Amino acid sequence: MSDEVEIDQEVYDRLIGEGKNERIARAKAKAAAVRKSKIAEGQSLGPRSAEENAKALEEFRASAGGGGVATKTAAPADAGGAAGGRLTPEQRAARVAASLGNGGSEPASLGVPTSSDHTHRLLALVPPAGIQQVQSKQMDKVYTWPHLLLVEFVALLAAGSLLLIASFFLDAPLGSLANPNEVPAINKAPWYFMGLQELLRYFHPMVAGVTLPGVFVVALLAAPYVDKNPSAHPENRKVANMAFTFFLAFWGLLVIIGSFLRGAGYEFVWPWVEGLGFTL
Amino acid sequence: MAKKDLKTTVQDNVIWKSIFRPGSIYRKGYRDTSRDRALASMNNVLYHLHPVKVKRHGLKLTYTYCLGGLSFFMFILLTVTGIFLMFFYTPAAGAGTEVAYLNMRELSASVTFGQLVRNLHRWGAHAMVFTVFLHMARVFYHGAYKPPREFNWVVGVILLILTLLLSFTGYLLPWDQLALWAVTVGTEMMGFTPVFGEQVQFVLLGGVEIGPNTLLRWYVLHVLFIPFVTVVFLAVHFWRIRKDGGISGPL
Repeated sequence: MSDEVEIDQEVYDRLIGEGKNERIARAKAKAAAVRKSKIAEGQSLGPRSAEENAKALEEFRASAGGGGVATKTAAPADAGGAAGGRLTPEQRAARVAASLGNGGSEPASLGVPTSSDHTHRLLALVPPAGIQQVQSKQMDKVYTWPHLLLVEFVALLAAGSLLLIASFFLDAPLGSLANPNEVPAINKAPWYFMGLQELLRYFHPMVAGVTLPGVFVVALLAAPYVDKNPSAHPENRKVANMAFTFFLAFWGLLVIIGSFLRGAGYEFVWPWVEGLGFTL
Repeated sequence: MAKKDLKTTVQDNVIWKSIFRPGSIYRKGYRDTSRDRALASMNNVLYHLHPVKVKRHGLKLTYTYCLGGLSFFMFILLTVTGIFLMFFYTPAAGAGTEVAYLNMRELSASVTFGQLVRNLHRWGAHAMVFTVFLHMARVFYHGAYKPPREFNWVVGVILLILTLLLSFTGYLLPWDQLALWAVTVGTEMMGFTPVFGEQVQFVLLGGVEIGPNTLLRWYVLHVLFIPFVTVVFLAVHFWRIRKDGGISGPL
């Protein structure tokens, strides 16, 4: 980096004296120097007032000739017949004519000022409906690299090594060869389906195996459309949180009973009496 | 001409420049400036997943617990270990030709790292079901499915079901007693689907009961069909996160 822009040495020394970071001090000193030179040239500082803005715009329009006409004509035309942002060919032709400066046909009269410091002008022919409005609020944001990617990488390493260690010490189960003629004493589904198997104990298979899971899935899918509460604060959505917590607790209870408290013939047993009838 | 140093020789040629786009941090070296931090995202394939900047509160570990990312990591890990296992596995069963089960025995007995990779695949599968489930719970408690993210929640529920199906179809493949009877319990329930229950069961089993056809069918579903569908939904899921304005919150 170069030091082409002058810095205000006085401000710089004061900030360094206050124990400020060197970069911050330099930036502030630079800004102070710029401010000083502007004041010296008689320019005003800070944002302009509405009247000043309007005056500046008038001056610009006067100097830009036809350039301002288009901006002026755009609004009434819109209010007139441009419902939904669509123009009839006549309206479009009228707009083009207006932007060319009251019927002027020479390309030179397009409104580009010849003796002006401005290098661009507003495009007036785009209907407002044709512009994609990006309305993002200014938020406290950080760079993905390095902040997010480092966290993700560490999480990935931690999960990977945890899994590797588990796999090193615990072998995946492998029973004896599948035999359709020999029903094992303990016969269980994988743990994530144990809730359904436990329900089978209480209900007809059509209810436990099809209707109830179907209702649960539909309820999950419908949740965002049913929950119209706009707030995401836990204090404001006690009903939703309670309902979901009960749902999870109910499901977890079924899985735990089915996994750990059911033995041979799917009868209820205590795990310390007959051991865990559970394989992952 | 002055002798070039190694770095210049490697970086200043047609091949290197064809691999790394202009602005890539590998093209000219990385300096820790705002510009290069932005370019690191923009000229990276990860730009499909992450924007240049993210909301600061999303970095807090206790906001997401990295659960969505870890679910995806599990999916990648299961794909990689699954491809390894496919080299040593034939989905064939039936009286006298119990190849699938023999393959499982050989995998743990005589394949280098066979048992370890199988363990990783098995525990990884359980872990993925668990992280997907926790991810869903996290999203619910943060109200993160509220507008404009309703549809992404729907995609997420579909992904949860696909995860369960992936895990369940894989459960049969070892072709041991555990697999056979766990799957019997599950598929008997499908037979109770109203109106066309028998047909559903027949299509899924490739017959009236679990047999060699079922193994082949579930193998294809497990290694090809369901992963393919899952990848499509994952793509939509990730794309919608960004289109819906990034991570939800802050609360």
